[in-house]
Amino acid sequence: MSTSFSELGNDLYTGKRSLGVVEHRRRFYIVSLVLVAIAVLGLGVKQLNLSLEFRGGSEFRVATASAPGDYERTARDAVGAAEDESGVNVTLVGNNTVRVQTERLSDTASQDVRGTLAKAFDVPEQDVSATFIGPSWGASVSEQALRALVIFLIAVVAMLSIYFRNWKMALAALFAMIHDLVITVGIYALTGFEVSPATMIGFLTVLGYSLYDTVVVFDKVRENTAEALANGRMTFGQAANLAVNQTMVRSINTTVIGLLPIAAVLAVGSLFLGPGVLVDLSLVLFIGILVGAYSSIFIATPILVTLRRNEPAVVELAKRAQRHQAKKAKDARVSEAEAPEGVDGEPVPAGSVAVADREEGATLTGRAVHQYARSGPRNQPKRPPKSKR
Amino acid sequence: MATTAPRALARRALIGLTVLVVVLGGVLGYSVIWGDGQATPKLGLDLKGGTQIILEPRTNAGQSVGAAQLAQARDIIVQRVDSNGVSGAEVTTQGDRNIVVSIPEIPTQAVRDAISKSSQMQFRPVLAVGSGVPVPTSAASPSASGSPSATPAPSASSSAGAQSPSPSPSSTSNGVVNDALTAATPTPSPSASPSGSPSASPSPSASGGTPTKATDLAWITPEVQKAYDALDCSKPEARDNIKDVDTEPLVTCGVDDGAKYILGPVVVSGDKIDNATAGYKTNQQGVATSEVEIALSFNSAGTKQYAEISREMVTLPSPQNRLAATLDSQVIVAPQFNSAIPDGNASITGGFTLDSAKALADQLKFGALPLSFEEQSSVDISPTLGSEQLRYGFLAGLVGLALVVVYSLFQYRVLGFVTISSIVVAGLLTYLTITVLGWAQNYRLDMAGVTGLIVAIGFTADSFIVYFERVRDELREGRSLASAVETGWNRAKRTVLIADGVNFLAAIVLYLLASSSVRGFAFTLGLTTFIDLLVVFWFTHPLLTLLTRLPFFRDGHRLSGLDPRRLGAKTRTYAGRGRFTPVTPAARSTEGSRV
Repeated sequence: MSTSFSELGNDLYTGKRSLGVVEHRRRFYIVSLVLVAIAVLGLGVKQLNLSLEFRGGSEFRVATASAPGDYERTARDAVGAAEDESGVNVTLVGNNTVRVQTERLSDTASQDVRGTLAKAFDVPEQDVSATFIGPSWGASVSEQALRALVIFLIAVVAMLSIYFRNWKMALAALFAMIHDLVITVGIYALTGFEVSPATMIGFLTVLGYSLYDTVVVFDKVRENTAEALANGRMTFGQAANLAVNQTMVRSINTTVIGLLPIAAVLAVGSLFLGPGVLVDLSLVLFIGILVGAYSSIFIATPILVTLRRNEPAVVELAKRAQRHQAKKAKDARVSEAEAPEGVDGEPVPAGSVAVADREEGATLTGRAVHQYARSGPRNQPKRPPKSKR
Repeated sequence: MATTAPRALARRALIGLTVLVVVLGGVLGYSVIWGDGQATPKLGLDLKGGTQIILEPRTNAGQSVGAAQLAQARDIIVQRVDSNGVSGAEVTTQGDRNIVVSIPEIPTQAVRDAISKSSQMQFRPVLAVGSGVPVPTSAASPSASGSPSATPAPSASSSAGAQSPSPSPSSTSNGVVNDALTAATPTPSPSASPSGSPSASPSPSASGGTPTKATDLAWITPEVQKAYDALDCSKPEARDNIKDVDTEPLVTCGVDDGAKYILGPVVVSGDKIDNATAGYKTNQQGVATSEVEIALSFNSAGTKQYAEISREMVTLPSPQNRLAATLDSQVIVAPQFNSAIPDGNASITGGFTLDSAKALADQLKFGALPLSFEEQSSVDISPTLGSEQLRYGFLAGLVGLALVVVYSLFQYRVLGFVTISSIVVAGLLTYLTITVLGWAQNYRLDMAGVTGLIVAIGFTADSFIVYFERVRDELREGRSLASAVETGWNRAKRTVLIADGVNFLAAIVLYLLASSSVRGFAFTLGLTTFIDLLVVFWFTHPLLTLLTRLPFFRDGHRLSGLDPRRLGAKTRTYAGRGRFTPVTPAARSTEGSRV
């Protein structure tokens, strides 16, 4: 399997096999638009399931040796003894921790509930953790995070514009990032997963990851398109598409390696720990990295091509590339007629972009090979053996 | 030749990295053996268990406070926490409006109340003071009143059996203070009522049975005296149960001078302070002298009250001519009056350094802004839950790492070991840095931080993937391994730099602007990004450069992960000695000539 995977890598690199990401960009746009629309709709209809930190309230966690089967009844009774029973939410976290959420209780009431819960579950009082959170706390933290986010976005657009010397690349990366954010948040709204401050950290990381991933692909796009603009052998779209394909193996490897630890955290967390920072964070990262990998391959580069397609230099390049490729195709037909044994030994597969079709004296990707290397060593005049002289 | 330079550089980089690791390890070893460091990272509250209380200071009028006041509020809370005998607590400001109190235990309700009670500054006359401490002198500000400020207090002669109060604070002796105190003790009334209003005259100077004025020594009832005698200010817990009622006398300690006081009822409340500044005193000519003073000004109501009390107190013997400023029921300063202050502009002098004067002025100014503290949230984490989270987090990290190892070996064969050893080096560096930071900067690793570290495995591995893929690309172009590594590195370097740059930017912005756990996460993100760069530049690339000399890699062994044949480097290129790389696809499966 590895062999075929590395062969796939080779073929993607040379352009022998190629995904027409740029060519079929409308399809990916439509898929993404539908996803984004569903996400936005989901946000509008279902709202986010905000955690206690955002709503405000009190929470108790009882660490029992093993939770009794009627834990819910026990907890309700215990809380009901001290407080009004309505609005009490009892869940089992992991195997042995009972979580009780209530309206916000006063300090003394909170101490009471803690005591009664400890008694009801027969554990020392220190094994019951009590938490209360004012409704403005989560708001103030997220407000700060949002402000940080806006500043980060401005800074990153500036940084990428300078690095790529092209603001459209920064803009395309930004588009892909917003795409990821909306879809991730939408998934949260639709599935009703709880949004805690940890989830928010996760959202921020997803943004970072999405940008990171896109930047790696764009760096190759920059390299390829600069070359294409110089030698005029490929259109802008073709060069960009080749870059996406050439970085495909890297994108897959990175995504898998990035996801493996996160999947481990998610699995361990949800099996043994239940809701908490670990699970919240790993879940949002798992979803976000998947979406981020998708957008860096299928959305970011196509958007860049769309953004730049009307630039005079790009239009001009398209014409040059067309002329070049037409000429090459003609040469190839001629040489094929003369010498059926092609340089590649393999016919150019139909439907792939024209890059696979390359001329003598160039490497797979069209870099020139030195004259000597192309022709091999000159035949030296042979000296007749001594006996013949 | 061409390859010696990269190899020499590679060796140098590896040596540099080794030195770095040794230095970090040395610092850690030093901190553990000679300092108070520990060999494992300091853990945050959510992993270790404890209580985190988030307070939002507000003015009594309900406005939120500014950054400078927030820092003052923090200092107040620090003092409260310290005086409540809570060990290992940390008080930090969060963003620009909250104060976070982290206590590594679950505090009692009393401690909680003490921490979050509202903050009050008051002026009370001193009735008795319990040990020899410098008595700063207070005088009318020369610029406003024109009265000479260096005049010694004129009240000395009327003092019963006491020496004359001195102009210099250092000469106020225990004798003076104790005289005043003993003068008050011998006449306790046997019929003292528990209400705190004494029925007999304990003081020779008091005129009636009940105290009529705030400065009246009749306030010192037997109970007050008893409480005073029992008070030991050197014990932190002694400060816990100081009863503070505005209209009753107060028995308390100085904040940091070790003295104990009996104070009369409140005569001026702190919110009448208009401003307090520290600076060098100017003399009549308006020339700055070397003496440090605190200039205190009152608003109109305060000016009137202050004028009255100063006029009265300036005639009294020491220590009754001293007016104590209390913050949270503890005396921050108790200067004596040298003259009446009619215009509300007081100048406090006496052996301050500029820094101590500034700190004091800040505290006094605080009186202008009585704060209340609203509990925003209070989270108790039981140690059981915290350690469970850490254990499983650790377990998950190991499982994740194992998966990454398996996948790297599968994808990159022996080259995968380069990835793994790089991750191990990165892990070692991270561990050392975090532990050393825990010792030097009191950095604590919390759950968000741990998650950040686990996520970082992916980011770190990606740098190697980008690099290796580039090297493979160059091999596909038909380069020799050594040259492919160099060229691939030059191209991958840029990508790694810009991609990590984006991460670093995110970390910095989040760290500076966000708060709470977001901040902890940003820190680990930034740290691991930095370490990632360090490892790629100083370890992975040099290692690969050196490894390419090994025949195993150079000749493109099947399992090396850099086998040109499997990478499909089938271009005809000149391979030296008159040979060529194979061209035909068939040659890929058979033994072809070497690249």
